[in-house]
Amino acid sequence: MPLKILVTSKRVEDPEALILVKADGSGIETQGLSYRINPFDEIAVEEALRLKEEHGGEVVVASIGAADCVSEIRVALAMGADRGIRVDHEGPLDPGMVAAILQKLVEGEQPDLVILGKQSVDDDQNQVGQILAQRMGWARATFASKEESLESTAEKTRQCGLRLAADGTSIRVVREVDGGLETLELSLPAVITTDLRLNIPRITSVPGIMKARKKPVREIQVEELGIELQPAVIVRKLHSPSKRGGGLRVKTVQELWDKVHGEAGVL
Amino acid sequence: MPNILVVAEHFNGQLRKASRSALGAAGALAARTGGQVSGLVVGYRVGGVAEDLAAHGIPVAVVDLPALTHYLSESYAPVVAAAARAAGATWVVGAATAQGKDLLPCVAALMGGVCATDAIAFTGEGQEVLVRRPMWAGNVLADVELRGEIKVVSIRATEFAAAEKAGLPGSVKALPVAVDESAIRTRFIAFAGSGGDRPDLTEARVVISGGRGTNGDFSEIEALADLLNAAIGSSRAAVDAGWAAGDLQVGQTGKVVAPEVYIAAGISGAQQHLAGMKGAKVIIAINTDPEAPIFQVADYGVVGDLFEVLPALRSLVAASQKQGT
Ligand SMILES: Cc1cc2nc3c(=O)[nH]c(=O)nc-3n(C[C@H](O)[C@H](O)[C@H](O)COP(=O)(O)OP(=O)(O)OC[C@H]3O[C@@H](n4cnc5c(N)ncnc54)[C@H](O)[C@@H]3O)c2cc1C
Ligand SMILES: Nc1ncnc2c1ncn2[C@@H]1O[C@H](COP(=O)(O)O)[C@@H](O)[C@H]1O
Repeated sequence: MPLKILVTSKRVEDPEALILVKADGSGIETQGLSYRINPFDEIAVEEALRLKEEHGGEVVVASIGAADCVSEIRVALAMGADRGIRVDHEGPLDPGMVAAILQKLVEGEQPDLVILGKQSVDDDQNQVGQILAQRMGWARATFASKEESLESTAEKTRQCGLRLAADGTSIRVVREVDGGLETLELSLPAVITTDLRLNIPRITSVPGIMKARKKPVREIQVEELGIELQPAVIVRKLHSPSKRGGGLRVKTVQELWDKVHGEAGVL
Repeated sequence: MPNILVVAEHFNGQLRKASRSALGAAGALAARTGGQVSGLVVGYRVGGVAEDLAAHGIPVAVVDLPALTHYLSESYAPVVAAAARAAGATWVVGAATAQGKDLLPCVAALMGGVCATDAIAFTGEGQEVLVRRPMWAGNVLADVELRGEIKVVSIRATEFAAAEKAGLPGSVKALPVAVDESAIRTRFIAFAGSGGDRPDLTEARVVISGGRGTNGDFSEIEALADLLNAAIGSSRAAVDAGWAAGDLQVGQTGKVVAPEVYIAAGISGAQQHLAGMKGAKVIIAINTDPEAPIFQVADYGVVGDLFEVLPALRSLVAASQKQGT
């Protein structure tokens, strides 16, 4: 059963970067920052590609943002996705707005499956997949993972963590939840969000990058989707968290114990 | 009056401690906004949980149905929305647990409301309540305004004091809500618990975490944890390698912990890890690399091999426990 899968790719600041708040709290210092595809979205793309490789179908990658976010769509295309959609949007977005736009894309594309990251590592909201699923009234599973570790043979042989039923009407998802792993079965169509242990994304190859240049990326204006967007989460001010003290070194374990037990009175 | 509904969570038939913090957060919010705080317990055979919640002096609605035996956002979200309407709630508050993060955005979507994840405080001046929440792995704190009739917030349990039991318990009332099982397109298949009998990572007084530096050998961490009745945590690297269960990952995209003592053994201290443990009272770091960034946040840093430091520490703990000091 071939699957049509819609995946998302968000452009985010490199997670290795140290993010600093502007002195007036109006935003972050963007000078010198580099950008990449949200790591969870990379995992979503990888899983979609594995499903396509096993079952056939099509992988469409969507991103909402200004012109520069086409680079992150190209990353997904270079990994192997078939085509891209960029919804042009300047300025702040909140999870409800992103989900509203995605809903329109989903209604238009009618995929069997939407796979998103569980969380954007910039705003750390962890909401879009949940809102989209609820708006669509679809089956859903957040925090998709798998039983096998990332060093297992299953992962080395690039097996799908998401398991499509033989009749193609449902999919099994192992979720990372508090206290363990939960398995759910979702009737398709469904929305799934990825956790870190679902897979190790492939690295793009030079031929992949060359091919990606020729793959189509459609550009859509929000107005064309026939929706009006009202931001509902308004960032009013940013602060830097207070720095933690620390930095004391002890030379021996005995000294550690004297300080921790004797002075701090813990342990 | 803007009422506040607290959505409680339970595990193994017990009210989760994080939900008491959610109740504490709701109390802090009510002090600003006025309005009444009430609670909601959803599940099957959860009467005891509802009693426990009501013991904090708030009225509690309970929806107790076989169809709600297993938590699914698809079946729970409409129940929460119905309860919020019944309570006249304009704020819905829950803990930012795996379940809370899964459920609460769905509730907001269903009610046409707006949601914020991982609130650490309520700020703002006068009538206006802003939600303070971390972004970029906690490198930034944002004060956000939630614009909408219904405001849904998941709170970080480590940042709000748990509510205390009250002298007089509140009422427990069954809320009549029907669940149309035939409309649910998600099915629960299985749950595989990862835990032995160690304390919950997010609730323990002492947490000992191992990273890539353990090279897969958690035995010294376990031995010290046994002695201290500590929870075990892990960095992403150790979880990815399959050395520790996924729900033991501490950090930006894992658990946030704030124990009295956090021991990081063989963990470098990447900002994604720090995001989950910076709130600990005392941080002890053990690392062979004197340049490891974990030392910058550690109150006590030991440059050394964890396989030597941990056993030595264990002997000192054992000796002290024997003496009863
Ligand atoms: C999207 C995203 C989300 C992430 N979320 C998280 C998260 O939630 N939590 C998290 O932890 N990470 C997270 N990470 C990963 C994070 O960036 C680091 O890669 C990770 O924390 C490193 O784990 P580590 O410290 O165990 O490994 P390393 O960085 O490899 O450090 C191992 C340390 O062990 C020391 N060591 C080696 N041998 C010994 C020994 N015998 N005794 C003592 N010390 C020894 C070494 O000196 C080194 O400092 C995330 C990354 C991304 C991109
Ligand atoms: N602007 C965007 N464009 C495309 N996808 C997005 C965008 N914002 C969020 N998403 C998706 O939604 C997921 C969850 O994001 P969030 O709820 O913001 O933490 C991300 O991993 C992305 O897959």
